[in-house]
Amino acid sequence: MKLQRRRFDALIIGAGGAGLRAALQLTRAETKAAVVSKVFPTRSHTVAAQGGVNAALANVVEDSWLWHMFDTVKGSDYLGDQDAIEYMCRAAPQAVYELDHFGVPFSRLEDGAIYQRAFGGQSRRFGAEQAVRTCAAADRTGHAILHSLYQQNIRAKTHFFDEYFVVDLIRDAEGAILGALAFSIETGEPILIESKATLLATGGVGQVYRTNTNALINTGDGLAMALRAGVPLQDMEFVQFHPTGIAGRGMLITEGARGEGGYLVNSEGERFMERYAPHVKDLASRDVVSRAIYTEVKEGRGCGPNKDYVLLKLDHLGAEVIKSRLPGIRELSMTFMHVDPIEQPIPVYPTAHYMMGGIPTNRHGQVVAPLRETPEEPVPGLYAAGECACVSVHGANRLGGNSLLDILVFGRAAANHMIGFLGEHPHHRPMDEAAVDAAMARLARWDDKGDGERPEALRTELKKIMEDHVGVFRERERLAEGVDKVREIAQRMRHSTLRDHSRIFNTARVEAMETENMIDCALATSLSALKREESRGAHSRVDYPQRDDERWMKHSLYFLATDSMDYKPVRTRPLTVEPFPPKERVY
Amino acid sequence: MRFSIYRYASESDGKPGMQDFDLSDEDIEPGMMLLGALLKLKEQDPTLSFRRSCQEGVCGSDAMNINGRNGLACITPLKSLKEPVELRPLPGMPVIRDLVVDMENFYRQYRAAEPWLQLDEPEPEVEIKQSPQQRAQLDGLYECILCGCCSAACPSYWWNPERFLGPAALLQSARFVLDSRDQATEKRLGQLDDAYKLFRCHSIMNCVQVCPKGLNPTRAIAKIKHAMLKKDF
Repeated sequence: MKLQRRRFDALIIGAGGAGLRAALQLTRAETKAAVVSKVFPTRSHTVAAQGGVNAALANVVEDSWLWHMFDTVKGSDYLGDQDAIEYMCRAAPQAVYELDHFGVPFSRLEDGAIYQRAFGGQSRRFGAEQAVRTCAAADRTGHAILHSLYQQNIRAKTHFFDEYFVVDLIRDAEGAILGALAFSIETGEPILIESKATLLATGGVGQVYRTNTNALINTGDGLAMALRAGVPLQDMEFVQFHPTGIAGRGMLITEGARGEGGYLVNSEGERFMERYAPHVKDLASRDVVSRAIYTEVKEGRGCGPNKDYVLLKLDHLGAEVIKSRLPGIRELSMTFMHVDPIEQPIPVYPTAHYMMGGIPTNRHGQVVAPLRETPEEPVPGLYAAGECACVSVHGANRLGGNSLLDILVFGRAAANHMIGFLGEHPHHRPMDEAAVDAAMARLARWDDKGDGERPEALRTELKKIMEDHVGVFRERERLAEGVDKVREIAQRMRHSTLRDHSRIFNTARVEAMETENMIDCALATSLSALKREESRGAHSRVDYPQRDDERWMKHSLYFLATDSMDYKPVRTRPLTVEPFPPKERVY
Repeated sequence: MRFSIYRYASESDGKPGMQDFDLSDEDIEPGMMLLGALLKLKEQDPTLSFRRSCQEGVCGSDAMNINGRNGLACITPLKSLKEPVELRPLPGMPVIRDLVVDMENFYRQYRAAEPWLQLDEPEPEVEIKQSPQQRAQLDGLYECILCGCCSAACPSYWWNPERFLGPAALLQSARFVLDSRDQATEKRLGQLDDAYKLFRCHSIMNCVQVCPKGLNPTRAIAKIKHAMLKKDF
């Protein structure tokens, strides 16, 4: 098979919000940028984001980026890096105004300004009052943003490789990233895309859990590529379980539903969040609400014939509010549960939703790793942004509305740094043919014939293991068992074979390679969770119920080659303001 | 449950045909959607190919022809379907493999509508003000997911796919013509004033029948025509 070769200044892997925001910045700066995506760009998972994007615009009530910063640091359970958080919260209003100019159809207030709604974990005056900070386009904000960003990219003439699957990054002996090997899903033809700077923007890996809110494409491809290129993954034990997935199905019901005034009730009709978060009730942070629901169900106060979910009550909001502010979740609820929230409450249960961890980067989007002496040395030519990156602005628990902000702010920041990097490194480095051969071998491996186990069966097993062993509440023995089981799956995957060896639109091959990626991510998540002996944010250890700042206020780093952990300090110094020191987290 | 699914692989014998599949009752979960069934059938036969992603009707990947009508597999309840469930690729588009079609012409027409906000004046430092009433003009237009169900159901698009923009692209035209922030309305209307791009719509309304998001491209097209009339007088 002849290997086609193409050359670009910048390569962006992934066409969700982070990838497209970066691409737009690069193309507008007259950089020759290519975006590679395994799906047509508007089918990326950003499209499913509902509730909105946080920015202290103060369109409804007084607000300040500093209060937003405080909430984000507190929400992160003090594991977030305060320099990056300050940068993000300061940049937020500009990021949102830009979206308006790109065409995003935000909902509007009477005075014509962008509509904002209340969301969980957000306050004014450092916890004193509820904030109204989440900018929304009804409950289809992600769709509105993704489509507008794609549209602006077509206008700017960004180069797209749609439906190309990236096999691996190409890394030379000195550790510089030279581009990536991909193949066209339509034709099966491999292609080597050479670049001077490469951005990973491939999203999360929610698919490692059996029940999740994620699209089927969220298989951690970029995370696993980084691992295989020798980069560690940071804080992978922190998995957000969204409190309100549709029970038993997983589809997301936005936090905006509670932001608009909805609340949760148990089988006794009790508004139980009043007991767990007396001050803000249903608008506590997601980790808090998820644990509360889990506890209610465990203690026998779940609803339904199997008492295995709680109810999200919205009918008191009235038909008008639901139809204008929450039309998307009404549609989902009616389609999947035959429940119209205007009349009946929606059955909900915590569902795997978001990875706080990811590829370690600094606030410029540069991928950083302990290469020689210090823990945060930039990997030459490699950037990451969005859910696959760990800046870290979310720490141990992400606030609703901060993920759309993250992709916009750091997609743009990474592109700006790349533009500078390209100025300093105007030439392509010589291609490392041995590294290309290794990536080609990874692709060719799936031509192996024989009657090995089928990769799709291993994927199903993996998802069950993660759900059973690395769920909301964790404990040493179950975690240790989980780590062993994931390692065993990784071994078995090596001998697995495909039944379909065709070239054209062979989705079985794509799925097999995705499963390999999911396994690498699961190794990172399960081992990181086993080793962290404390409870912080989304990581709840039954055997270590307290946060332990002395031993554990540090970031985890998982390395694939040695299947082992290392740690690095949290960046507690903001850019210009006083640090927010760790405090007990109450809502 | 019985299925009859269109199969085509250009690299093997090259002959398209229908293949029968059976899904046993224990594989069918209550409330299952057609996509759930397809994923189970793919476990039986991993060579069966189709696009899918979000599983909840927002990404627009899994459009196909289901018992003669275009729709999204992920939000079509299995219970609603008559057996054998006949699945074919979207009509009028070249087939790549099985239920996967080549949508390039559909995307080209989308791009031809110049679906991006155009501002001539310098951008303000904050948002461009838009009243709730002006914003309401965009409801029913911006929600399109580019699944292709409408254009692939439109006889005018089948006959003139290169010259008639088709309902999906025209919905985008309307979305920007009606956006109070956009400053290229005149230009947009001028570009559409042509015998084919817009005026091949004969209000057959298949697009309205099949849109899985409940949108109404025919009405959107009427709004463009209305805007053209207003401009001319």
